[in-house]
Amino acid sequence: MDLTYAPALESAALAGIKPRYQLFLDGAFVDGGGDDLTSVNPATGETLTTVSTASAADVDRAVAAARRAYDGPWSRMGGAERGKYLFRIARAIAERSRELAVAETLDNGKPIRETRDFDVPTAAQHFFHHAGWADKLGHLGLGPAPRPLGVAGQVIPWNFPLLMAAWKIAPALAAGNTVVLKPAETTPVTALILAEILADADLPPGVVNILPGAGDVGSAIVNHDGVDKVAFTGSTPVGKRIQSELAGTGKKLTLELGGKGANIVFADAAIDQAVEGIVSGIFFNQGQVCCAGSRLLVQESVAEEVVEKLKRRIETLRVGEPLDKNTDVGALNSQMQYDKVTGLVEVGAQEGAGVWTSSCTLPQKGWFVAPTVFTDATASMRVAREEIFGPVLTTLTFRTPEEALAKANNTPYGLSAGVWTEKGSRAMGMAAGLKAGVVWDNTFNKFDPTASFGGYGESGFGREGGTAGMAAYLDTDDEGAF
Amino acid sequence: MSPTSTPTGSTDAAALRAAMGLGGTDNAALRTFLDGLPAVDPVGVEARATQLATRSIKKDTKRALIDLAISMVDLTTLEGADTPGKVRNLCRKAVQPDREVAGTPSTAAVCVYPDMVAVAAEAVAGTGVKVASVATAFPAGRSSLEVKLADTRLAVEAGADEVDMVIDRGAFLAGDYATVFEQVVAVKEACGDARLKVILETGELATYDHVRRASWLALLAGGDFIKTSTGKIAPAATLPVTHVMLQAVRDLFDLTGVQRAVKPAGGIRTTKDAIAYLVAVHEVAGPQWLDPHWFRFGASGVVNDLLLQRRTQTQGHYSGPRYVSVD
Repeated sequence: MDLTYAPALESAALAGIKPRYQLFLDGAFVDGGGDDLTSVNPATGETLTTVSTASAADVDRAVAAARRAYDGPWSRMGGAERGKYLFRIARAIAERSRELAVAETLDNGKPIRETRDFDVPTAAQHFFHHAGWADKLGHLGLGPAPRPLGVAGQVIPWNFPLLMAAWKIAPALAAGNTVVLKPAETTPVTALILAEILADADLPPGVVNILPGAGDVGSAIVNHDGVDKVAFTGSTPVGKRIQSELAGTGKKLTLELGGKGANIVFADAAIDQAVEGIVSGIFFNQGQVCCAGSRLLVQESVAEEVVEKLKRRIETLRVGEPLDKNTDVGALNSQMQYDKVTGLVEVGAQEGAGVWTSSCTLPQKGWFVAPTVFTDATASMRVAREEIFGPVLTTLTFRTPEEALAKANNTPYGLSAGVWTEKGSRAMGMAAGLKAGVVWDNTFNKFDPTASFGGYGESGFGREGGTAGMAAYLDTDDEGAF
Repeated sequence: MSPTSTPTGSTDAAALRAAMGLGGTDNAALRTFLDGLPAVDPVGVEARATQLATRSIKKDTKRALIDLAISMVDLTTLEGADTPGKVRNLCRKAVQPDREVAGTPSTAAVCVYPDMVAVAAEAVAGTGVKVASVATAFPAGRSSLEVKLADTRLAVEAGADEVDMVIDRGAFLAGDYATVFEQVVAVKEACGDARLKVILETGELATYDHVRRASWLALLAGGDFIKTSTGKIAPAATLPVTHVMLQAVRDLFDLTGVQRAVKPAGGIRTTKDAIAYLVAVHEVAGPQWLDPHWFRFGASGVVNDLLLQRRTQTQGHYSGPRYVSVD
């Protein structure tokens, strides 16, 4: 029987997208001094909403408000009281989850299945987790009474807009810091819905300020004299620039940058589940994931079988309308990203990397790219070395565990890796040898607030989540602690 | 080994074994082959089954799948208290599940104990509904091969179109694959033209690795179907177990071009359950398995829920369980 699934569209109206959004500054929604930006629905290319942006003066006001809030109620408040605010925020995210999921899909282009089942629940989970730390800072192993740092300047990317805001804000507040956060230029909406949640939670004015805008706003925040701590998630070139700008300022810095994760499949792996893991490793969020498993390293003896099964599985991926509950792969976030990904696919084809593309039909409009696999890549090709940040997998083969390790570590990045083998000792040995901040064993792209996440080398430094994530927002050089 | 073009369920089992490179049918050869199959990662297969079950099936697709599901049911009664009257009622239900709504398809088969086969065969004669019979000392399978074969012949001679046998789980778990293999081969021979469903009783095999090995063992011995459960042991069919079995028939098809069927049984109670299984059939095995010849549900209760949902789809409102017959 030839079965086509009838469209199962989630209603766009559930997002309640407003015609215009404002800055969240010192507890109020206000117009900024910058030019308005328009946010676009990547699935249609049509304007979604207009957003006011911050000027340098707004950044000054926001940092001043955050300082007042820090000196005033927030850093002096008991941990249990701070925790209550975080629990309240977590519950409100859960209560407004459907609205947030639809808004995220409209603004980002990712499928509703992912926003509904991953982005929004994981964001709530981060607030729940960190709410619990607020009154237990003395039990982090960082001394009996670790102190907060002050005002945190945070700049987040467009690939997980709400979730990255949660990753940044929750630990900062739990530790007693206040926040000035800039959402990405192309995806400001859910951060501003989160601002409504913060306001509804009666969070004291200035504890969190959200300033939409482009790179200039981000630069003004991270370089502001009143900021004590900078947290940035985004591209490696911008991260490098921030690191050089901040050198000698005494600001504490964490960077979460790009990656070229290796997904290593040994011949003794559970092949069908490895294929699933390869698919979720590279096609989750259209591959726009810094820790994506974008380099498949497969043992030569099973390479043909794995690639055949992988192709068949990719053919079943449903690509298209992100609001359809049955869509597996949605739209890339922007024209710029679309151009970059399609450009690199072109490069791979010219390099002779053997392009294979799913036969799925793509919508007429919107920035959709069909799932793509380079089946004959070699380690020196650009597509095997550069971060593509799209639904494009590069496959390489290896013969021995030593070769797998050498090839996996042969990258300036070091964010994530996956190992697929039924042999526990081999998995442990590989994990010990892989220079990556996260190593998944027989799974991929799994996240939990209790597990710290972060990279080596050009993937950045500092951790988010777990006790190490809390350390990034606390004064860990407090000699009085020891 | 490369896929050939025409799928068939009747290819000689010996030719199939040769195509798969099975060196012999003694324990050593069977262990080399079965224990050499790739492992199944439980976390991964359960996550995939859960994710696929969130597919949202609406409108025309839902209507089509409800009809398909009804036409795939082996309407079953396997009770010590079964009587000719009860079996005849069941047969009426199988032939015309909803006499108040036109166009409702018949179920695929009725499934009864061997001594009720003659009654069922007479009741469904000429309707296209098949008679399936459990056999081989169902459900435990704890008897001699002679008794199992006699049980099978009893069913076939009374007019069964399909035989549902149980494997010797004790022998399988003891690593005596050859005994299980020989019994499936012998029962298949006793079946003659009847199609053979091999019940693995996955609830007793316990691990997905065992399910995969038992699936291949049954397929290589000539089983036309691999079936999850007797319905007498909990857990009966589950989505992840069915995923593993669908993957086995798909792998066999990819390697040899031979198509075989799958039947989950027990635990499928609602339309939502049935649709989740059909989505798995579609996306794991492939669209060519969406056919009553290649996929069946062993169930009784699910039919009335399917009928209620079918009426809801056609009449625009839900009626309630008192409006469909209990047989």
